[in-house]
Parts: sequence; C-alpha cells; structure tokens
Amino acid sequence: MASRRVSSLLSRSLMSSSSPFSLRGKDPLMNRGARRYSNLAASLEDTITPPVKVEQTQLLINGKFVDSASGKTFPTLDPRTGEVIAQVAEGDVEDVNRAVVAARKAFDEGPWPRMTAYERSKILFRFADLIEKHNDEIAALETWDNGKPYEQSAKIEVPMLARVFRYYAGWADKIHGMTVPGDGSHHVQTLHEPIGVAGQIIPWNFPLLMLSWKLGPALACGNTVVLKTAEQTPLSALLVGRLLHEAGLPEGVVNIVSGFGPTAGAAIASHMDIDKVAFTGSTDVGKIILELASKSNLKAVTLELGGKSPFIVCEDADVDQAVEMAHFALFFNQGQCCCAGSRTFVHERVYDEFVEKAKARAINRAVGDPFKSGIEQGPQVDSEQFEKILKYIRHGVDSGATLQAGGDRHGSKGYYIQPTVFSDVKDDMLIAKDEIFGPVQTILKFKNLDEVIARANNSRYGLAAGVFTQNLDTANRLMRALRVGSVWINCFDVFDATIPFGGYKMSGIGREKGIYSLNNYLQVKAVVTSIKNPAWL
Amino acid sequence: MAARRVSSLLSRSFSASSPFLSRSQGRNLNNGSRIVRRFGTSSAAEEVISPSVQVSYTKLLIDGNFVDAASGKTFPTLDPRTGEVIAHVAEGDAEDINRAVKAARKAFDEGPWPKMTAYERSRVMLRFADLVEKHSEELAALESWDNGKTYEQALTAEIPMVARLFRYYAGWADKIHGLTVPADGNYHVQTLHEPIGVAGQIIPWNFPLLMFAWKVGPALACGNTIVLKTAEQTPLTAFYVGKLFLEAGLPPGVLNIVSGFGATAGASLASHMDVDKLAFTGSTDTGKVILGLAANSNLKPVTLELGGKSPFIVFEDADIDKAVELAHFALFFNQGQCCCAGSRTYVHEKVYDEFVEKAKARALKRVVGDPFKKGIEQGPQVDSKQFEKVMKYIRSGVESNATLECGGGQVGDRGYFIQPTVFSNVKDDMLIAQDEIFGPVQSILKFSDVDEVIKRANDTRYGLAAGVFTKSLDTANRVSRALKAGTVWVNCFDVFDAAIPFGGYKMSGNGREKGIYSLNNYLQVKAVVTPLNNPAWI
Repeated sequence: MASRRVSSLLSRSLMSSSSPFSLRGKDPLMNRGARRYSNLAASLEDTITPPVKVEQTQLLINGKFVDSASGKTFPTLDPRTGEVIAQVAEGDVEDVNRAVVAARKAFDEGPWPRMTAYERSKILFRFADLIEKHNDEIAALETWDNGKPYEQSAKIEVPMLARVFRYYAGWADKIHGMTVPGDGSHHVQTLHEPIGVAGQIIPWNFPLLMLSWKLGPALACGNTVVLKTAEQTPLSALLVGRLLHEAGLPEGVVNIVSGFGPTAGAAIASHMDIDKVAFTGSTDVGKIILELASKSNLKAVTLELGGKSPFIVCEDADVDQAVEMAHFALFFNQGQCCCAGSRTFVHERVYDEFVEKAKARAINRAVGDPFKSGIEQGPQVDSEQFEKILKYIRHGVDSGATLQAGGDRHGSKGYYIQPTVFSDVKDDMLIAKDEIFGPVQTILKFKNLDEVIARANNSRYGLAAGVFTQNLDTANRLMRALRVGSVWINCFDVFDATIPFGGYKMSGIGREKGIYSLNNYLQVKAVVTSIKNPAWL
Repeated sequence: MAARRVSSLLSRSFSASSPFLSRSQGRNLNNGSRIVRRFGTSSAAEEVISPSVQVSYTKLLIDGNFVDAASGKTFPTLDPRTGEVIAHVAEGDAEDINRAVKAARKAFDEGPWPKMTAYERSRVMLRFADLVEKHSEELAALESWDNGKTYEQALTAEIPMVARLFRYYAGWADKIHGLTVPADGNYHVQTLHEPIGVAGQIIPWNFPLLMFAWKVGPALACGNTIVLKTAEQTPLTAFYVGKLFLEAGLPPGVLNIVSGFGATAGASLASHMDVDKLAFTGSTDTGKVILGLAANSNLKPVTLELGGKSPFIVFEDADIDKAVELAHFALFFNQGQCCCAGSRTYVHEKVYDEFVEKAKARALKRVVGDPFKKGIEQGPQVDSKQFEKVMKYIRSGVESNATLECGGGQVGDRGYFIQPTVFSNVKDDMLIAQDEIFGPVQSILKFSDVDEVIKRANDTRYGLAAGVFTKSLDTANRVSRALKAGTVWVNCFDVFDAAIPFGGYKMSGNGREKGIYSLNNYLQVKAVVTPLNNPAWI
C-alpha cells in the first residue's frame, strides 16, 4: 500500500503540467528565500546538519563489514561545502578478490541458487519493508553524499527503491524456461539458469536507484553479486547492505566494495571468476569495461552509458507544459541524468515564446542547501563535475550561443551552479554534442519533422527522447524514427519498474528494468533427450 | 512437405543408433566403400573425383551486384583433397567493407527492407528456401569441394537444413511482438521491438552455409540489413546463395557478401562506426579481438559463438554400444571440425575398458576418403594450417603419455586427410584434454563418480555443449543442471533443430543463436510512454 501510494505520488507529480517532480509549488514562502540564484545568500547560509549518523564505512564482504586489505581509506565529501563526511575503506584488487571468493562460494556451494525462488523472493520483500522503515535515514544519507534535494530522495527515490525490489521479488518465482518443438523424435526444453557471480559497477547520480536496477534482477534470478559503488557516493549502499542482511540475505550473496574505477572497478571488469558485469557510467569508461571483459574471460557485459537526448517541441504542443517538462527534463537532479533532455529542439513558430518562458522558469529555479524544504536544485556532486560544467558554459559563450540565464557558479562555497539556458544553439557546437551532465539547457530551432528527425538522430548517443505534440500522426512517426531506447511523449523521466531502459548506439548495450532485465542475469541452456514412441511431436 | 521430409530424415539419422553417416556406410559395405575404408589404405591417393558443379560466382556481392574488390586483388580458394586451386576469389578489404556498409546503410535507412511489411519480407525468405532446395545438388557439391566435408552430408543434411532454417525465420518475421506494459500511474506504456540496423556477420569455414543461415535468417526476419564476411577457406557457397537471394526478390543492398581475411575485412567490419551489431562465429581468441574492436569503436553489441571442449559423459548404466557410436559421431562428425565436438569423452570406470575397446574398433572402421565418393564418412581437414595443428596435438598426446589406441598419422600423401585417432588414459591436465583440437582426435578419460565428473567436466574455460549418457532419470536431471554448458544432449548428440537455441557459457561465447532467443540479437527495445487522461483502467 505504502509503496503504491508513493509511486502514484511520483506519477502524479510527473503528470501535472505545472510542477513535475520538484516540490516547489508546496511551500512558496520557503522557496522564495532560496529562489533566485543571483541571491547568494542561499548557499552562504548555515549548512543544515543532516539528521543521520554515518555508521557503515567499511567494505561489506561475506556478510561482514571489514577494512580494506591495505587498510587504506578515502574521504567522501559533502558537495555543499567540499568538507569530509567520513573516511571510507578503499577497496582495491585484493578486496575485489576477497569479495569474489565469497560470492563464488555463495553461488557454487549455495545457499543462494539452491534456495527456492519463493524463499529468495521473501528475503527481497522483507528488504523492501526495511527500506520503508528506514526511509528518512536512507534519504538523508543519499542527499548528504550526493547533494540532491532531500525531498527528492525521501519522497521519490527511496520509495522507488522499495518499489523496484518488490517488482523483482515478484519475478523470482516466475522465471520460466520453455519446452520447444523439435523437428524429430526429441524432447527439447530450455532452462533459464542464473549466470553466477555478477560484477556491478554503479554511478553516483542515483546511487540507490542504480543499486536497485542492478541488484534486483541479479538476486531475483539467483545470482550472487560483487557491487562497486562510485567513490563520490559510497555511503547509502553500505547502509542498505546492512538492511539486506537484516532481511535474511545469506552471507556472500551481496558484497559491496567502495573504491575507484581504475583499481577496484578494473579488477571487477577483468576478473576471471566473474561471470557477468553490468556498468552504468560514461561512454568512455564503458568502452574500457567492455575491453577489459574482452581481454579477460569474455564475461557478458551490459552497459548503460551517456546520452544527449533530444526534447522535441512541435508547433502544436502545449507550450507552457512543454516549457515546464523541458525544464524538468534537463535540470532534474542538477542536470546529472544520463537521459537528460539536453538538446531542446523547438519549432520555429513557437521558438521565441518558448525561449522566453524557459528562461523565466530557469531564473525561478530554487537553488540552495538540499536539506532545505522547497529547494529544487542542490550542488553538483564534486569539484571535477563542477569544473567540467563551467568549462562547457564558457564553450557555449565562446561558440556564439546566446546565454539567456545563469552561466556561473552559485554562491561561493560548495559546487552550486546557476541554472543556465542557452538559445540559438547550433548542432555543431560542443554544448550540443557532448554530455554536459549539469544544469545547462541548450535550445535549438527547427522547421520541419524530416529535419528534426535527422538532427535528433545525428548523435553517437541514443538513450532517450522527449516528444511534445498533440498530433497522433506526429507522435507515431517520431516514436518510430527516433533511434533511442525510451521515447516519452508529452511526459519525461517516467521510470516505472516495468519500463525497460537502455540505449541505442553508444548509449549502451542491453536493457534494465522490466522483463527485459532478466535476460542480463540468465544463461539459456537447451536440454535435448531422445523420445521413444512419442504420443505427439 | 519436402522440407518436413528432409528435416525428419535428418532427425532420424541423428536419433538412430548409427547416427548421420554411418547408415550409408552400412549400406555400402559390399561395394566401393570397402576400398577406401581403412585409413591405412591408399584411398586418398586415388584419382580425385571431379565435382559436378561450376564455380560461377567469385566476386563480392555489394548492393545487388557482383563486383571486383576495390584493390582488384584476389586470393585462391583451395581444394582440401589436393591443396590445388579451385578458383580465385575477390579479396575484400576495408574499402570493400566501406562500400558494403554504405549499401546496407542505405537499404536500411532509406528502405526498402525495414519499410516493407513483415509479410513481404517473409515471402522473400520463403522463396529463397525454395530456391535452395531447387539448387541443393550444386550447393552441396560446392560446399563439399570448398570445405572437404562429405557430399552426402552436405546434400542430405546441411542444405536441407539451410532451407529449413530460412522457413523457420520466415515464419518469425510477422510474429515479432512488442509488449504493452503495466505502469505505476496514469501512463500508457508500450515497447517496440525494432531492427537494430546494419548487422555485421562473420562466419566460419566448418559449416559455411549453416552458419550463414543461423546469422542471416534472424537478421533479415527482424528487418535488418547485412554485411557478411565469409571465411577465406570457404568463400564459394555464400556467393551462390547470395545470387539465389536476389532471384528470390531481396532488394539490392539488404545482403552484402564480402570474401576476405579476418585481419583486414573482418577487423574493418568489427570496428566500423556505421555497423550497428556484430555476430561472430569462430575461435575464442578471435572472439576476444572482435569484442575489443567493438569496444574501441562504437560499442556495437556483439554475439559470439566460440570454441568448446565439450564433455561427453558415459555413465555406468548407459547403453554402451549406443554411447560408443554417438561418442564417435560427437567427435568425428565433420572431420572433428565442430565447435561443439564431444572432445572429452568421460567414461565410468566400470565400463571404461569395454568402451575404449569398442571406440577404437569403431574408429578403425571409419571410412576416410574423397568426400565425393559414396559411403565416405570422413574427408580431409579444411586446410594445411588446420592439418598441421591437429598433427601437432596428436604428437602432444603421445608425448604426454596418453595411450594412442589407433590412428595418429596422415591418410595418404596428398591433401589434408588425417587418420581417425583415439587416445585413452587421457588426464585432465594434458593439452589434448584442455585445448580445442578441431580434428578427428578422440580423448577418452576415466571417472569414478558423479560428483567428480561434474567437477572435471566444468573445469574448463569453455562451456558450449555436453553429452550425457545414462538411463537414470535422476542422473540425467542432476547432471543437466550442474553442467555449465549451453546445450546438454541426453542420450543423443548434435541435435540442431531450428527451434533449439545454441550458444556458450563462459568463454564459449555470448548470446544464443537459433530459436526464439536469436531474435533478441537483432532487435532493439524501445519503450514508448504517453500520459493517459481519464483512463478507463490502468
């Protein structure tokens, strides 16, 4: 019930044309104080102390929290200030090896793949209940480590986490093989078996949601897991790792290693005893992961990578709704979404009106301490991202795009950036080609459908697209022509557990969520026996 | 009807106790086969039979036309019976791959192929299957000539299977459904299963046309266009069926065929930025290179069907005569040149001695000779490189102290014929028990109990297939689940019906071909979401 309520809350917030997702409508007075990004006061105010204590900072290996083999730690920072939240164990090759040994044992000798699917599902259901019980604590940790608004964490992401695990718990006892028609006297069946030990490498932009997309199907299918978190956001996974074991997960089934890509991540991708690796992150790193798999044991690889998703506003669209959704599509989560609608194509007839309103909406965006109620936008995750985005903003200005709003840092501490809007963007500008991963909207003008289809598809990426139109023919045509894994028509960022997500082209390989994600964690075995005197063939 | 008849012929031959070719051997005991029977005789030195087919197509098939390589270069394709040149074939290189991709790109992006109805696409494929049957004798002769496999095998098993596979996939073309999806709120959600685009396909030389069918069938059914590279050892039959496809009404550019070498044409296909998907069948080492090229170019999804070292496990309760015959077939079929060859024959200690004796006797009886001669079971290996490699492994077996029960040398003094070779007392750590030999060399190993044999069978980097021989349902059920292999044949082997998925665990590959599973390799999934106003239900 609770889960149903929160996910329908999520859906409603996305449906409503005026204020999707963000909760700024609810508390206009709170908003107002933090609203204008030119008002430096917001981020200079006293930093709110998060209502949570950091308890788990060690690696989770074989059901126990342990120090890294080297004894090394690294600091995880508060993006609001750049100050240290906690020192976290730094996993390296040796720790990945230990984790793989534990996962291997839990798979090869059981108990995990030897438990009934029903027993596995009950553990996942209990885990979802524990997530709900600890909702606020988990949300606070996620916000503290990542910088995203607490309201977004507490009301959307953590409830979604429980929802995704309940979805996959329901799959555990519904994984069917097939019986297969033979061409002769043979009885043929297929078994859908767990692959074995899955290596999973998750990003920092939605730490727990990405954990659920990866762990959910892997566990439902009977695999064991070595999961590496992003070095920017190691904390929340360790907390839910503890809850997984409270829910009854046997030791060794899920092992969590904090650490860095070139060390711990590379060790996972090239490990000879890992049977599958799933990675979410940048396209450049995805290429490395796939290459490491090719050079080691040819483990199967699924990749969820970058994007430069078009958001297409046709001339017949409801412009106010399109402005709001285009704003949401880009600025949500500080612009740190792989599927961000980062090329806003607007039909020439509505272009001027759209740009004016998009600018006004961006200027109204409430930036500030993510723990403050009513805040829409917190800081970027770290200084590297912060610097990269400011570099792209300079690029935009240098290449002659029109800076309509923003363009600079917000405040003087932490990694806040002003909501930034460029108009008159051309396809060949760097800001229209590269994934910026920050609060920078680029608006481009188009004249007709043929042209916008060609331009929208002229990208190495193919993750998602938004289409705004009232016309059924236009919607039907664009939904087929766009070479992307998700098309949101008159909506954006709808992320129900059942909807597959993934990329065409260099945005990735494979699909997560929905029924499609199960394939990533199953091997197909054909079993053939001869039949004597068959009653039918 | 015809297809049904020939495929059931094929199945019968597989399920009969003397599978596949031994039947014809039995029939011809009193005539010609006896002359060539024992590999010690001079069979291979006899006069070479002239194949009853002309080589008509030796150029690249690009955009519906047969054309020379851009460089003008050609390479010889050799007759494995003699090492002599059959024909000079256009040698495709990066430039030709570029031309082929351009044609395939156009046929995909501008149509007509993905813009035709699925029903129209299926009819082109059905007409093609009819043409394959009509030309089955020429195709079989060409396949046998270029590869060295027996003509009877090509004619009665493989070519009919090519037609059967294309009819199977023609039937899928108009049955590719997306889903409508339950949402958590007021949304209408659907998934579209779309063609990926231009598929690059690289096929091996051991079953040139069957591998063509496994790859081209699902790709076309799903609406993709293709650039296919054949193996340099066996370029001829693919061109011939390429011509038949044009006759069947396939639009130009939909299927482009480039003959050439892996390091040039193959590598440029794998690393091409405008190829959207790659499927490769071949060795594990090359598979790793292919995947690395995909990773370093445009991240095209890759399916791989690679090597194997498949266990064939004979339990103490098995029907020994049948197990001997099928173990023989599992290894020696197609000159031992099968990725799924049952190349580790594990025999329970209680029946081991009897099995070895009978396996040796069966190998000694194997009929080796000119593959165009009736009753022949085994032709030459495909080329000198494979021949040398197999001989090297035989020496390695002897040096590592396995017992050479029979064979071990060349047959005759010309071409690439090898004596059916059986080693007993093979240990797991010997090279011949670990590496893929890809030749007529059977390795027999002894085991004591189920736990032990499961462990030993799984102790390999490969996981392609396995054979299990037992009468016990409990043993069959337990071992079927425990073996880490993509296919488990229980009391049978090499059953390759169109509907049965095939592919590897571990380093034997990624993905599955044949059956419903192969469609995924050639489809992209697109989720489409729209809001619902005032829905009657959610």
